[in-house]
Amino acid sequence: MTLFYGTELASRLMLGTAQYPSPEILTDAVRRAGAGVVTVSLRREAAHARAGQSFWELIRALGVPVLPNTAGCHTAREAVTTAQMAREVFGTNWIKLEVIGESDTLQPDMFALVEAARILTEDGFNVFPYMTEDLVGAERLLRAGCEVLMPWGAPIGSGKGLNNLFGLRALRAHFPDVPMVVDAGIGVPSHAAQAMELGYDAVLINTAVARAGDPAQMARAFAMAVEAGRMAYLADPMEERDMAVPSTPVIGQAVL
Amino acid sequence: MAEQTAFSPAAGPSVLVRGAGVSGLTAAVTLAERGARVHVHEHGARVGSGASWYAGGMLAPWCEAESATREVTEQSLSSLDWWDAHVPGVTRNGTLVLAPARDVREVARFGRRTSHFSTIGEAGITELEPDLADRFSTGLFFAGEGHVNPRDALAALAARLVDLGGRITFDVPRTAGTGGYDWVVDCTGIAARDQMADMRGVRGEMLLLRCPDVTLHRPVRMLHPRIPIYIVPRADHVYMVGATMIESENAGPMTLRSMAEMLGAVYALHPAFGEAEILETGTGLRPSFPDNMPAVRREGRHIHINGMYRHGFLLSPVRAADAADIVFGNG
Repeated sequence: MTLFYGTELASRLMLGTAQYPSPEILTDAVRRAGAGVVTVSLRREAAHARAGQSFWELIRALGVPVLPNTAGCHTAREAVTTAQMAREVFGTNWIKLEVIGESDTLQPDMFALVEAARILTEDGFNVFPYMTEDLVGAERLLRAGCEVLMPWGAPIGSGKGLNNLFGLRALRAHFPDVPMVVDAGIGVPSHAAQAMELGYDAVLINTAVARAGDPAQMARAFAMAVEAGRMAYLADPMEERDMAVPSTPVIGQAVL
Repeated sequence: MAEQTAFSPAAGPSVLVRGAGVSGLTAAVTLAERGARVHVHEHGARVGSGASWYAGGMLAPWCEAESATREVTEQSLSSLDWWDAHVPGVTRNGTLVLAPARDVREVARFGRRTSHFSTIGEAGITELEPDLADRFSTGLFFAGEGHVNPRDALAALAARLVDLGGRITFDVPRTAGTGGYDWVVDCTGIAARDQMADMRGVRGEMLLLRCPDVTLHRPVRMLHPRIPIYIVPRADHVYMVGATMIESENAGPMTLRSMAEMLGAVYALHPAFGEAEILETGTGLRPSFPDNMPAVRREGRHIHINGMYRHGFLLSPVRAADAADIVFGNG
């Protein structure tokens, strides 16, 4: 059982809610995915005077735990303010903390991330930090009070899959007891299965589902892949070898 | 167009149309053509005081299939002809879809989701839009599409309605009574939000530029994974650039971020846009239902045409016909 700040999720697939062709298709995708969490971004212009109310009500009506995020924030201060608005709007202490440091790769700013995580944790938030797979950064985030880590697979929306397998393996191995979610960069279900086979506790997908030709069907495909990957991890996969090992024993075979 | 009227005006049903945006005026004209006595109440001081004023006016049934359901394309195929028959200035030069070199895969994706286009290379792009020569290696050309200036089109529809014997009254308070008519057709867009629990507003921001240095003959859609834009030519080297899609009901002024992103994309289309004058920025709320599909809903003798989302000019003629079928007993 994996607990995210004391909560067990109904599914290890987390789904973002942006970029769908319509709220109806989003709802369909969330249902078919059986998503354990939905993330929602709080844009400034929507937060102002609660102008995003209608869309947020649609999100709440999904009946799935909501993880608000600070997407689009470029400074710690901006992220902290957005997190505080999100807590007010959604009535949850959970926050996916995103502080963008570079505009081409949308790479997280690890320094601002640690700073914002410390402020928010002290303020009673449960922070899910969107981070690179950096081991030292992970250590600092844990020290800042994070109990969950969310390393990227690849840049947001790139669909490149797990760019740094070595780094993700190392991160998993270094912090075996910390719930970890691969967030961002996953393009197809096999990428999600791969993350789960590595022992990650969940994956977070948005673009790969929302921008698919048939988002609901893609959501289902991801749900199956996440389940397959998790089962494979628990089943203790075989080790890779450089030489063939016959699956049929040679010794004792009849010589014809 | 009185010869299209089946019976004398006095014999037709009386209809109050609320709202003189694209939904209201297409409905009013369609009803009047079928013989209804139409009176339009407009809350604002002119036609199109809501989201219609900020529309792109692209009549692009096939391009819309990139993000909309198949129904949008199927239902809107007739709308280009409808506009051509009802207002002057419909341009049928097609649509050009392009992407900056590093996002050229977006063109392939757009092509997979759509139909009725030809894939063209540098020579083809230059032939269509000489000013874009040497700037793009591949694009999609949707020859069958068109565009119209929404503000001129609304004014033309209003004039046509008056020709048909209809009336428009401006500056009518929202609380004005609707009694005394056979039918009420409510086309008030986002203002009907309180009456429709499943309606939400989707914020859209647009810009008008004047750029004598660039000539374009048709709408150009610039694809980008994060900031797709379209640029629609109006008369006299004026260009409409649109539009953001934000799940927010804040109708306040355009943000710097949206403007910077949109202008960056325009600049990428042609650097000469750097010299363009910014004539206007605008923000509107697209009235939208959960499936983002425009709907006709009836309660007794009260009909709502609403939820145009981003398909006002594309689908309002079709919804107007659906509403008229109800009024004339065919629906």
